[in-house]
Amino acid sequence: MSEGEWRRLDPRTLLAGAAVLCGVAGGAALPAVAGLSGGRPLWQAVAWVLAGAALLVLGGTAADWVRLRRTRYRVGTERVDLHTGLLLLKRRSLARERIRSVDLTANPLQRFLGLVKVRIGTGEHTGGESTLELELVTRTEGERLRRELLTRPTDRQEPDHDGVLAVLDPRWIRYAPVSFLAPALGGAAAGAVLQVSEWFGAQAEVIDWIGDRFRDTSLTWAITDLVLLATAAGAVGALGLWIEMWWNYRLEREPGGTLRVRRGLFTARSVTLEERRLRGIELVEPLGVRLFGAARVDAVATGLAQDDDDKHADLKNLLPAAPRERAERVAALVLREPQPPTGTPLAAHPRAARARRLRRALWSVLGPAAVLAVLGALLTPVLLYVAAGCALVLGPVAVLLALDAYRSLGHGVSGGYLVARSGSVRRTTVALQRSGVIGWTVKQSYFQRRAGILTVTATTAAGEGAYDVLDAGESQGLAFAAEAVPGLLAPFLETPDLETPDPGTPALETPDLGTPFVETPEARPTER
Amino acid sequence: MRLRPPRNAVDQRAVTWWRTRLLMTTAVPVAVLAVLGALIGPARSWLLLAAGAVAVLGLGCTAFLPAWWFRVHRWEVTDEAVYVRTGALWQEWRIAPMSRIQTVDTVRGPLEQTFRLATVTVTTASSKGAIRIEGLDHELAAELAERLTLITRATPGDAT
Repeated sequence: MSEGEWRRLDPRTLLAGAAVLCGVAGGAALPAVAGLSGGRPLWQAVAWVLAGAALLVLGGTAADWVRLRRTRYRVGTERVDLHTGLLLLKRRSLARERIRSVDLTANPLQRFLGLVKVRIGTGEHTGGESTLELELVTRTEGERLRRELLTRPTDRQEPDHDGVLAVLDPRWIRYAPVSFLAPALGGAAAGAVLQVSEWFGAQAEVIDWIGDRFRDTSLTWAITDLVLLATAAGAVGALGLWIEMWWNYRLEREPGGTLRVRRGLFTARSVTLEERRLRGIELVEPLGVRLFGAARVDAVATGLAQDDDDKHADLKNLLPAAPRERAERVAALVLREPQPPTGTPLAAHPRAARARRLRRALWSVLGPAAVLAVLGALLTPVLLYVAAGCALVLGPVAVLLALDAYRSLGHGVSGGYLVARSGSVRRTTVALQRSGVIGWTVKQSYFQRRAGILTVTATTAAGEGAYDVLDAGESQGLAFAAEAVPGLLAPFLETPDLETPDPGTPALETPDLGTPFVETPEARPTER
Repeated sequence: MRLRPPRNAVDQRAVTWWRTRLLMTTAVPVAVLAVLGALIGPARSWLLLAAGAVAVLGLGCTAFLPAWWFRVHRWEVTDEAVYVRTGALWQEWRIAPMSRIQTVDTVRGPLEQTFRLATVTVTTASSKGAIRIEGLDHELAAELAERLTLITRATPGDAT
């Protein structure tokens, strides 16, 4: 039994690190010079900044060199070992059979140098401790590690499913500007202009200059124009970001039962996901994207989303926003199903759920408006107009969103999957393997109890840990839960013989009724 | 169709324990507000008013909530699953099958120890699936934890 040889990281890591530090120093130098040159001559300021930059780059590179010297790893037949650290020695060891993912990323600089960063994960929930990171190794070494660690002898032979599941269709770029990213980027761009100009003490001039442009127009038009400008900038930014993120996108199934997503124009990413970990998929439709009939596909897999860091959030993304039919087809391919489970007709929820959403929408608009109105009556009448404007503009929007949220509600069972849909601004349809459900939580607030509805939550080891069926009818929700996972809920169900249930007090104990499959009046199919 | 209540009530002493806990959580902010009111002259009436409001609210909760909780909080362990009902205004029923249980812990805080009570926490592989049974007699809790551990060990399943 060979234990494999100890290997080191690639020495070119130093170059990559030094280049990044140079970039940081360069970026910080400009505002630093601007700031220091206030009190002293320019050459002095430049000298100070240069010295600081040199110190930063040299010190950083030296630290990196020490790290490089002290890091070694080994792939044995049973375990993968990683030893790091100068003072605090860290020796980490992962059992090879527990390794679930090997992800490779490389930013443009690293790609230029032919290096990749490797993350070896076990897919467990213990936070960062379950992941080994190798920064950085050569691309061939990364590929070798990926192949070696993830290929295991399989008894299943399903060659007909191997191969490419989806490749990028450049037309999907039309969904980029309507994502929520666009306004965010627009706002960020406007903020950046003001911030940079403030570094050079020119913020006032910039604002004056903008004021001059709009001297002849009214204030309303000026604001509209600026908002349009920011939106346009945001849209362009979103397009650029989409190209950077999704260029060369390709979703493949590899022999041995792994899914692999490859994408990225400058930063090349390769995410590998073992199918054993997959518990379902989620079809996500943010409002803007949904209006254009598109959806994106996320994986619901164990040990992915437990990392709270945002940088891992895109690991579960299997398909960018694409036409809904296409997204469902990819979902079906990923799950090895002939028909997409998310396409099944879903049962609608009782009217009480709609009333609940409408009431909530009205409260959320009228509450603040009322506060404004009271303040306006006491202080200044301007606030009264603001309150009226808020109520008149936001009220209908909130009502529309509430009605849409009600229409989105739905649940059902499709083959081996339970399907639940909810949300308006961000509508999600989750298809969760029924065998992946590891418990039920049923919640009912006082108001829900009066309206005869409840929220059923399926807990699972994968994804977010729990998926809700919001505001389903009492019998409807329980029957659904009992049908989705036979045997688990049934022993605790009863059919009340009293007409008025009194949930606060324990009722008489009745013998178990193992009849989960009951037709409920609320269950009726809806149009998607 | 509805969920039937779990078979077992929690220990009667839990009511006193909850009452004490609520009294303590009320007493701390009331005392702080009252002391501040006594020391800060200009804001005295406002601070004392706030202290009074918190005291009334806290005492009201102390009077009514524990009895309500006692009626709602129930638990049951069968050979297949753990079933718990909790809450008052917001009620919650939780069910975890034996085959998916990962750990069983017994916790006793200082206050619980005085009342000879314990809390049993049952966790599953889900980050949101933990089940807590509060207010059990401590001997019963230990017995229950042991039984759960035995059943869990005997039940096949990889828990995810």
